[in-house]
Amino acid sequence: MKRIFASLVVFALILGASAAYAVQPDEVMADPAKELRARDLSRELRCMVCQNQSIDDSEAPLARDLRLLVRERITAGDSDSQVMDFLVARYGEFVLLKPRLELRTLLLWLLTPLLLIGGGFALWRHNRRRAVGETSDDGTPLTLTAEEEARLERLLASEGGAEKP
Amino acid sequence: MIAEAGHYALVLALALALIQSTVPIVGARLRDPALMNVARSTALAQLLFVGLSFVALVTLHVTSDFSVANVFENSHSMKPLLYKITGVWGNHEGSMLLWVSILALFGGLVAAFGNNLPLSLRAHVLAVQGWIAAAFYLFILITSNPFLRIANPPIEGRDLNPVLQDIGLAVHPPMLYLGYVGFSISFSFAVAALIEGRIDAAWARWVRPWTLVAWIFLTLGIAMGSYWAYYELGWGGWWFWDPVENASLMPWLAGTALLHSAVVMEKRNALKVWTILLAILTFSLSLLGTFLVRSGVLTSVHAFATDPTRGVFILLILCLFIGGSLTLYMWRASALKQGGLFAPISREGALVLNNLFLTTACATVFIGTLYPLALEVLTGDKISVGAPFFNLTFGPLFVPLLLAVPFGPLLAWKRGDLAGVAQRLMAAGIAALVAIAMVWAWTSGGAALAPLAIGLAVFVIAGAVVDLVERTSLFRSPFATAMRRARGLPRSTWGTAFAHAGVGVALIGIVCETTWNSEYIGTMKPNDVARLAGYQLKLDDITQRQGPNFREMLAQFTVSRDGDKISVMTPSKRSFTTRGSSTTEAALLSRGASQLYISLGDTAADGGIAVRIYHKPLVLLIWFGPVLMAFGGLLSLSDRRLRVGAPKPAKIASKPPRALQPAE
Repeated sequence: MKRIFASLVVFALILGASAAYAVQPDEVMADPAKELRARDLSRELRCMVCQNQSIDDSEAPLARDLRLLVRERITAGDSDSQVMDFLVARYGEFVLLKPRLELRTLLLWLLTPLLLIGGGFALWRHNRRRAVGETSDDGTPLTLTAEEEARLERLLASEGGAEKP
Repeated sequence: MIAEAGHYALVLALALALIQSTVPIVGARLRDPALMNVARSTALAQLLFVGLSFVALVTLHVTSDFSVANVFENSHSMKPLLYKITGVWGNHEGSMLLWVSILALFGGLVAAFGNNLPLSLRAHVLAVQGWIAAAFYLFILITSNPFLRIANPPIEGRDLNPVLQDIGLAVHPPMLYLGYVGFSISFSFAVAALIEGRIDAAWARWVRPWTLVAWIFLTLGIAMGSYWAYYELGWGGWWFWDPVENASLMPWLAGTALLHSAVVMEKRNALKVWTILLAILTFSLSLLGTFLVRSGVLTSVHAFATDPTRGVFILLILCLFIGGSLTLYMWRASALKQGGLFAPISREGALVLNNLFLTTACATVFIGTLYPLALEVLTGDKISVGAPFFNLTFGPLFVPLLLAVPFGPLLAWKRGDLAGVAQRLMAAGIAALVAIAMVWAWTSGGAALAPLAIGLAVFVIAGAVVDLVERTSLFRSPFATAMRRARGLPRSTWGTAFAHAGVGVALIGIVCETTWNSEYIGTMKPNDVARLAGYQLKLDDITQRQGPNFREMLAQFTVSRDGDKISVMTPSKRSFTTRGSSTTEAALLSRGASQLYISLGDTAADGGIAVRIYHKPLVLLIWFGPVLMAFGGLLSLSDRRLRVGAPKPAKIASKPPRALQPAE
């Protein structure tokens, strides 16, 4: 069901207009290495009239224009980052499927590592705190008192001693 | 008449839900069994009336009653019967009716089979179900009534979106909803436990089967949706990190974490507070998914702002339930006693680690999905968050998680022996290293990451096998003894092994498909031959055909390898006259777990046709993995310990020590 409405939107936009599809035979570049670069870049660029599709996947006419533009820039000798900069300058950062790390995307990028570190730290602290002076369901302390520890030591020592001979 | 009856049945269901949501709670306060038992009868009656309402809508669709707006907008008299039925949930109103029907189904199941639950717990659980149901009945009746009539009925309907006329979509939404809505039971149990202020290991034992059922359906539903996208959308992608997909992935991740933490709670009486929180979060994410998809907020923030009735209504439901349950949680959770202690290196510790990574993964999907929306609402800036972002943030989380998977089941409860387990996993480690070396040699040092990822997958699969071998002491005792032990193992142990192996299998498929996928793009004329991955594909001819409600252009390809004919593939393009739209029907040919995939593009002026052919190595494993996981879930579900009320298994005289371990 979830997919249905995505496709409803996407297809209303695409199939209604033309029934072309992603990378057309006439777009493919002669040099396979350059074509590979173009394809890799295409996967990082958004088709702006589609819902969350890269221009590599999209059938929209705009995606085709962008694919041709990427290939044009590559032919002109641009490096990958120059191509990206060119597209961002022309269409804004909306075109990037992987937002750049800047102030407004800080939380987006940092949440995952922060949660992992924070979660790990919380678990470590929780574990330490619980090891000290908490009680179980029936109210008995879960850690031993110093006196009990000493007794345990003695018992273990005597047991170890008994085994040795 | 039928439409009015369906409408009326829905109103009655609302009335019943309102009774169900109040009377049993009062009963529990007054300790009055009669009042508490009202929950049971209302839940069953509710199921009956929603069922009637749903049947009414199906009947309207099947008989093509175009005087009903919903049928007119989504059906066509020439549409095949199957799609007339599935078209019922191929639209907003109908799918919401399916949603509440499944909710009522789960409520009815708890009412019918919850006889061994304490009376007050059952009353509370069903009352919470009643609140959810009442909210969504109101939503349907006020904003999304599927039974509205049209004053001047048209003769013909507008037809269902052709992309949706597909068998995969006949089954996908109900599966997904069984998963989504199934988590409402875990939610209701959690809220009931908070209201009662009492929670114990038995609670976890009651909740686990329901969570497991929901999880199995959600797993299969997501896999099926992914496969549908793969063959129907025509460009061979199987996961797009689309918000609509993420909406289903989030409850899955949280639900998977919940399944694992509920194990700890059941066996060791620990992690109670956390399990309750996860149960609340999992269903909250299901509700969030419903909001994201149903409100239209994903299409555009502006579209949402111009017609906000539905969106605002669901948003209210969302705030009410998530906010309410979390407030209750904050208020009452401290009253719940903590349970058994455990060392960091232990089965519990491994399951906690699992929870840490799964919830972080879930949070990553959450922020990636909602950040662009939030940023646009707050600042007006538009950014895109797509596959490259998730590959970079979500993907790496699974490396440590999957590395830890084989360790978990082998570690002892309370305090485990990591070195000992590592020793027992030696065989799995060697298998992984061999796999890495082989893949690396075979692909002659191409991509460096892919062989490592395959090694990881092999480690997970081999780890699952090692777990079974260890528990049956296969190589250390006579074969017959091992077989007897294998039969004596709890089903849930087998379930764990299958589910974990399924993760590894899916990973192999994902890595192979993304790394070694090859494609041919070109314009072909009859008798042209395309060569790809050792196959020759000859275009024989292009023909036209008339289908029931579409016209179709078929291209026939003969597939051969080394001169031997293997098969014939016929991709097609369909144009649907009513909607003036078309679909690409890709042709798929499975060779083992690999597939050849052809989809057609436009015809050129000179009679050629644009063709796109893929060879996708081991691609079927991507979906076979989840099937294995679901099968593992099913095995666990059949474990007698989970069937509450089932008699305890007779004790076997000579118990093998390892098989005695509670196994998860």
